[in-house]
Amino acid sequence: MKLLSRSVFFAAALSLSLLSGCTCSRDAELAPGELYMGNGAEPKDLDPHITTGIPEHHIQQNIFEALVSVDPKTLAPVPGVAESWTLAKDGRTYTFKLRADAKWSNGDPVVAQDFVYAWTRLLKPETASEYAYQGYYIVGGKDYNTGKSKEPKLGVEAVDDRTLKVTLVNPTPFFLGLLYHHSLYPVHRKTIEAHGAKWTRPENIVTNGAFRVSRWETNKIITLVPNEHYWDRANVKLKAVHFLPIENLDTEEKMFRSGKLHVTNEVPLEKLPSWQKDTTGVYQSAPYLGTYFYWINTKKKPLDDKRVRKALNLAFDREQLVKHVTKGGQLPGNVFVPPGTGGLQVKPMLPTDLSRVAEAKKLLAEAGYPDGKGMPPLEILYNTHEGHKKIAEALQQMWKTNLGVNVTLFNQEWKVYLDSMRQMQFHLGRQGWIGDYNDPNTFLDLLVSDNGNNRSGFKSAKYDALIEQAGKEHNAAKRLAIFQQAEEMLADELPVIPMYIYTRNYLKRNDVKGWYPNVQDFHPLKYVYIEEEVKK
Amino acid sequence: MGLGYLLKRLAIMVPVFFLVVTMVFFMIRFAPGGPFDGEKAVSPEILRNLNEKYHLNDPLLVQFGNYLKDLVRGDLGPSFKYANRTVNELIADSLPVSLELGVTALIWALLIGLVAGGLASMKPNTVWDYVPMSFSILGICLPTFVIGPLLVLVFGIWLEWLPVAGWDAPEDRILPSLTLGFAYAAFISRLTRGGLMEIRSQDFIRTARAKGLSEARILIVHSLRGGLLPVVSYLGPALAGIISGALVTETIFNIPGLGRFFIQSAVNRDYTVVMGTALLYFTLIFVCNFFVDIMYALLDPRVKYE
Repeated sequence: MKLLSRSVFFAAALSLSLLSGCTCSRDAELAPGELYMGNGAEPKDLDPHITTGIPEHHIQQNIFEALVSVDPKTLAPVPGVAESWTLAKDGRTYTFKLRADAKWSNGDPVVAQDFVYAWTRLLKPETASEYAYQGYYIVGGKDYNTGKSKEPKLGVEAVDDRTLKVTLVNPTPFFLGLLYHHSLYPVHRKTIEAHGAKWTRPENIVTNGAFRVSRWETNKIITLVPNEHYWDRANVKLKAVHFLPIENLDTEEKMFRSGKLHVTNEVPLEKLPSWQKDTTGVYQSAPYLGTYFYWINTKKKPLDDKRVRKALNLAFDREQLVKHVTKGGQLPGNVFVPPGTGGLQVKPMLPTDLSRVAEAKKLLAEAGYPDGKGMPPLEILYNTHEGHKKIAEALQQMWKTNLGVNVTLFNQEWKVYLDSMRQMQFHLGRQGWIGDYNDPNTFLDLLVSDNGNNRSGFKSAKYDALIEQAGKEHNAAKRLAIFQQAEEMLADELPVIPMYIYTRNYLKRNDVKGWYPNVQDFHPLKYVYIEEEVKK
Repeated sequence: MGLGYLLKRLAIMVPVFFLVVTMVFFMIRFAPGGPFDGEKAVSPEILRNLNEKYHLNDPLLVQFGNYLKDLVRGDLGPSFKYANRTVNELIADSLPVSLELGVTALIWALLIGLVAGGLASMKPNTVWDYVPMSFSILGICLPTFVIGPLLVLVFGIWLEWLPVAGWDAPEDRILPSLTLGFAYAAFISRLTRGGLMEIRSQDFIRTARAKGLSEARILIVHSLRGGLLPVVSYLGPALAGIISGALVTETIFNIPGLGRFFIQSAVNRDYTVVMGTALLYFTLIFVCNFFVDIMYALLDPRVKYE
């Protein structure tokens, strides 16, 4: 008995001693001037030619500097490594003048040859870059990457150390915006040649951005510190940035609440309603360059009939969907291209409410299925996920009520779902599409006949011609008019069912300044700082 | 103890290991989808480049042969998903974390379980029995994903005593290991109570008591060794279970352990990581059970291996 009470005492003492060891104040552990951010998944790599994800890009955009950067307030191109540039009359030839003081984090100067090397590496088949097609706009890019030409005969030329000449296949009006994509960042040749695949490790990596990597522990943390050699070092205010990979949204939110994070990556769905009521200004919700929609398999009956596709598009309430189902402040998807993309405000052709249900019913009757009678059963395919399920259930119910159409739901594990989608084994399949660059082309190009991501089976020579024409058009206003035409054509053919336009919802402490909401969710940390006195 | 028996057990491991390698290798390959499928599909040309780079264009049997060759050298290959890291490195980074979490959780489980079970067995059918046993029922029933967030809410958010997540400071270990160890503590307490109760009704205990020995001496010298056998035999599977089953705890507390790779790699079709983690867990479970067998023979004079 004595022994037992002693062990109880010991256990209690142990727990107490462990407890007393903690630093029990909220902000004590956050070093001043250092930013802590939730960053979703563990980065796959930091090699800008290898990665494809958003968490990686959050880091890369701060350790690399593109030729041309983007203003975080307006998203307009601003000088990056290039201090100026000119476009020849043909609209295809850019000449970039590199700044003399651009340096790598080891002190080497950034020269035009670095870009020639980087873009050649991006396109080299052995690199196996998933984003290699971002270099297809450059003369010779596609041929080299697909093996048509063994030698890289690319339209990229280092005229001298500080002059880079780039020749494009077509005038590509969004090319400057494209430069900001990670696939077109410069990389440091000597480092890559010395370390191979291990060049991105913290002990090896050399980058040219405002920050450099100082620490990387898998699934734990990536820390950036200012790059001492960066040309604009004087304006970089943060002392360090810590990216924490936190996949569990609930954990992330709790860390934020306990003062361990300045900025979260997301907000858990079930916590949205309470954060939306928050009045302290911490909750952030900004429109995002992405569309959530269903592909319609136009090869399957009865979906090969345009009238059926249109009826489905008209007979559900997008307003209610975002208000009661997705609940994250999303915009009702009455358009395919998110409003404001590359300056285009597309004219909505689809309803946000149920005002056109009568028309939908009429169309369905004309197609031979009055009140859904005789209509073959349809199936919605989605990857197993609570959010997708709720949306599918809402549609199932609305189509049943408004059209009398029966829809069944079918979910598959992520990779199985991707496989089914690729093989077009579905009627209606969900997709989220986030734009690669701020231009309508990144959305509308999806429906071109030979686009590998076009899951609808929709093929239209007229549509393809429109998109091609937009690719060659110099005049910005005319170009946007062509995109508007393409959007209208989509609203007529409807190989898709747009549901909503994404929003980015996250939490940000009020002492984080120099951070501007924009549709690309682009927050270069070189402008960000932490205001000391606001701390509560 | 029969050394021959132990060697035999070890020898059996080799063919079983090979069987596991073969089964996991082909099962994951036959699952639909591949490592390079994503929300945005890659073009056939780019996919060909990727498959070429990772030798996925070779016939499956050739790939299997190459995998075995590397495996013999202890090389588990590169990860498909984490492009600049090898499976060996991923495991080397995360296994110590998982082991630390697992062992700490097991210590909690033993500490709480033995004390609660011991108390209950000494005064059966009193409040000393009912309270810990009710808690243990609760512990067995409540899943980790309920206990974890609950502990975080109380100790992390309301009381602000402990960190809500992370794996840096020593105090970061407390909540996760408690969360993970709780269910095991509950089970151990029931095993302890049962084992000790049974022993205490045996003749040799009555003899000891008749000799006038103190209760403490009876418990330590005479009861514990026999009474804890069920607990000991449970420890092997428990340790293996704690280490391989820590995924939920790892996600709740954002701990850089192995559990995440185990699950995520299957979802990502990261073939080499699937193989590496599966083989590691297999070895771990085998070793744990092996040691339990040895412990058993040492503790129980009735057990002899031939």
